[in-house]
Amino acid sequence: MSAPAMVDRRTFLKTATTAGGGLIVALYAPGFSAQEQTPKPDPIRPFAYIKIASDETVTIVANHSEMGQGVYTSLPMLLNEELEADWSKIRVESAPVDAVYNHPMFGLQMTGGSTTTAAEWDHYRKLGAAGRTVLVEAAAQQWKVPASSCRVEKGMVIHAATSRKASYGSLVEVASTIPVPGDVPLKQPKDFTLIGKSTRRLDTPTKTNGTAQFGIDVVIPGMMTVLIARSPVFGGKLASFDASETLQVPGVKAAVQVPSGVAVIAERFWPAKLGREKLKTKWDEGENANLSTTKMLSDFSAQSSAPGSLAKKVGDPQAALASATRKITAEYDVPYLAHAMMEPLNCVVDLRDDSCEIWTGTQFETVDRANAAKTAGLAPEKVKIHTTLLGGGFGRRANPSSDFIVEAVQVAKAAKVPVKVMWTREDDMQGGWYRPMWHDRFVAGLDADGNPVAWTHTIVGQSIMAGTPFEAFAVKDGVDSASVEGAADLLYGIPNLQVDLHSPRIGVPVQWWRSVGHSHTGFSVEAFFDEVAHAGGKDPYRLRQALLAKQPRMLAVLNLAAQKAGWGKPLPKGVGRGIATHFSFDSYVAQVIEASVEKNGNVRVHRVVCALDCGRVVNPDTVKAQMEGGINFGLTAALKTEITLENGRVQQTNFNDYPMLRMFEAPSIEVFIVPSEEKPTGVGEPSVPPVAPALVNAIFAVTGKRLRRLPIRASDLPGAGVNP
Amino acid sequence: MISFHLNGKPVQVEVDPATPLLWVLRESLGLTGTKYGCGMALCGACTVHLEGEAIRSCVAPLSRVEGKQVKTIEGLSDDLSHPLQKAWIELDVPQCGYCQSGQIMSAAILLSKIPKPTDTDIDEAMSGNICRCGTYPRIRRAIHRAAELAKDKAAADRESPVNEYSAAEAGR
Ligand code: FES
Ligand code: FES
Repeated sequence: MSAPAMVDRRTFLKTATTAGGGLIVALYAPGFSAQEQTPKPDPIRPFAYIKIASDETVTIVANHSEMGQGVYTSLPMLLNEELEADWSKIRVESAPVDAVYNHPMFGLQMTGGSTTTAAEWDHYRKLGAAGRTVLVEAAAQQWKVPASSCRVEKGMVIHAATSRKASYGSLVEVASTIPVPGDVPLKQPKDFTLIGKSTRRLDTPTKTNGTAQFGIDVVIPGMMTVLIARSPVFGGKLASFDASETLQVPGVKAAVQVPSGVAVIAERFWPAKLGREKLKTKWDEGENANLSTTKMLSDFSAQSSAPGSLAKKVGDPQAALASATRKITAEYDVPYLAHAMMEPLNCVVDLRDDSCEIWTGTQFETVDRANAAKTAGLAPEKVKIHTTLLGGGFGRRANPSSDFIVEAVQVAKAAKVPVKVMWTREDDMQGGWYRPMWHDRFVAGLDADGNPVAWTHTIVGQSIMAGTPFEAFAVKDGVDSASVEGAADLLYGIPNLQVDLHSPRIGVPVQWWRSVGHSHTGFSVEAFFDEVAHAGGKDPYRLRQALLAKQPRMLAVLNLAAQKAGWGKPLPKGVGRGIATHFSFDSYVAQVIEASVEKNGNVRVHRVVCALDCGRVVNPDTVKAQMEGGINFGLTAALKTEITLENGRVQQTNFNDYPMLRMFEAPSIEVFIVPSEEKPTGVGEPSVPPVAPALVNAIFAVTGKRLRRLPIRASDLPGAGVNP
Repeated sequence: MISFHLNGKPVQVEVDPATPLLWVLRESLGLTGTKYGCGMALCGACTVHLEGEAIRSCVAPLSRVEGKQVKTIEGLSDDLSHPLQKAWIELDVPQCGYCQSGQIMSAAILLSKIPKPTDTDIDEAMSGNICRCGTYPRIRRAIHRAAELAKDKAAADRESPVNEYSAAEAGR
């Protein structure tokens, strides 16, 4: 299959790097009809996105999911910058599945890759401008005056010369019959009244009084609640089951076999849970019954000493290493991680003979509709998806196989009643689709002045794309771009660079997780850079400065973070300072962390200073919130969590053994945004990668101990602390 | 049949008394503002008030609330007028929002006991509530802000005891 003509290879490569590889290639994915995949939602159809009611309420349709990142406010801001309706009358609703709502870059309806603002920056403003233009035209025709003599203000078209006014609500019917002009000029940034101003989120009130509706809150008539007993080992198959005791639990209606296991169908959650506890199952565990992350850890390390598939080569790294004055080697490890969204997975399905209606919090509507339709045996047009609010996504709710949706459709098929399939926290935690476990091995060569002249990096870890419909396009010459992002595109001016990759096939389902490949390369590259700096006798901030001389935007955030943090100024005894930068999702981030280690080895993070350049900012307060949230998310990964397997079984179950950062551990966070007139870039993910390296670098600064494996354990730092 | 008071009104439910209150609220009584996050008293998403104390409703059997007063997020105010709600909106605390009912209900008990909490008080009262989106810095600020708003309101009420409504209006 060849790429559509309108997408040339450069565009492909660029977008592939931008969004972490995977999602982009959906453009060319087999299995979705050409009609479902449009490279651009063209022509502009304003009234597919703008609904103006007679009471002047303006409902803006959001084609991206709200999972906390604030798009239910930033998308209306973009649109209303041009439409100029009364902001207090703006409402938001989620889009149904239709090609008109496709992601302008990816040609699929979806939310991910920190791309919403970048992708919709022009599109939503054009929608607003087109809407305004035809509303003005409608008024002008009615008044028999030139449209150019009218202006708009707060949802009114005004003709000053004759003192006439008409509201958008009174004009919309006529306006929607007027052809939309091809190219309406957009405002100059200096004229923006909404964009760039901190604007209160439209969804906050409903999130403070219990009325916000998440997937888990959906109730439809006749609905049964279902829990599924799944294989304790990934890929295991049900051999037999005995539901006799299950069926005695009051409220349990049935227990039926489905492809993923046994569905316990009950009137409510609690009987379903009690019923599932009483179920007896036998499994053919299959080839994954011996999986052990302890063994994988040593396998990965062994593999990393042999060269893998070449992802990047600059200069002659081997020769440069051979002639280097000094060589430094280090190996880094990160574990599998669960997304652990606060709202566990769930999906409501009403399946009829000729229709299928689905309510769920998803990030991947077009893919889900195609997968659900296939499962239901229906045409995609017969499948309706209602995207609810998402109680966190972090990538988990964009599953290439639509696992939690397909399974719910399978259950609906078997149950023959409307169902809500719920996942308990344990189901969600043990359900797979993790951030891959990764191993990173580095060798750097220094010259006589202590400057790095060679940098080689061998990565070992599962490919996220392997085994998905996107593999053929995402994996080139053995390299999944998502595995090497943040490593192969290193910004530092090191003359000889090599990055290679081993992608072992392992039966643990893996998926993108907030910042994808950057979640390991950010850590390993920036922590190793610190080692290189110290080995060469350089200040880690100054060495970064020197090697970023040709990267003005990164240099600016680096300097800003260092200056705001007071780099070089004395700290209280026992407190160390670490610095890290990372470029991801086209945004530039630098962070400085202050931390100390208690006597028992516990790490305390006191202060995080974060500087960001994400191009033009739509809602500054939301950008700050994403930095704050991403930093705490990154700290949880650095300090707390890992998914391990022994005998093929996931060992973590709930927040007791997969603990989250809590209030008393959350540091003070200061965020500084570099003013920029560049195009907007990613915000949801780029704050995560620099957190762990800045932290381990701070711990090194205060204890002299290098930490090369996450999460950081108190046992890594015995007696290191100076504070009681 | 179990009877109790929910957000000031008497309710009766015909459910197995061993069922956790969380599921009774969400499924039998249709109040879905209280959330499920862990089912093991580990995350605080299900926090409600029982007789003026914050409890994790996911581990409280229905039988425990018989004849007692229960308050959920839906009963905090009718009109977003609780100082915590005002502060949450002013500072745009929520991201995904899923944990926030529980956060607010925990914070409400904190403020009822300690009208002007310190950071340490906040750490102690709020560390049972997880926010995966990491909104902790804003929750902290918003609790301090709500304490201020509550103080202002109390002062305004004292000055104009007969006409609470206009005092509130004037303060807007
Ligand atoms: S659901 Fe009750 S504490 Fe988590
Ligand atoms: S706002 Fe998402 S979990 Fe707290």
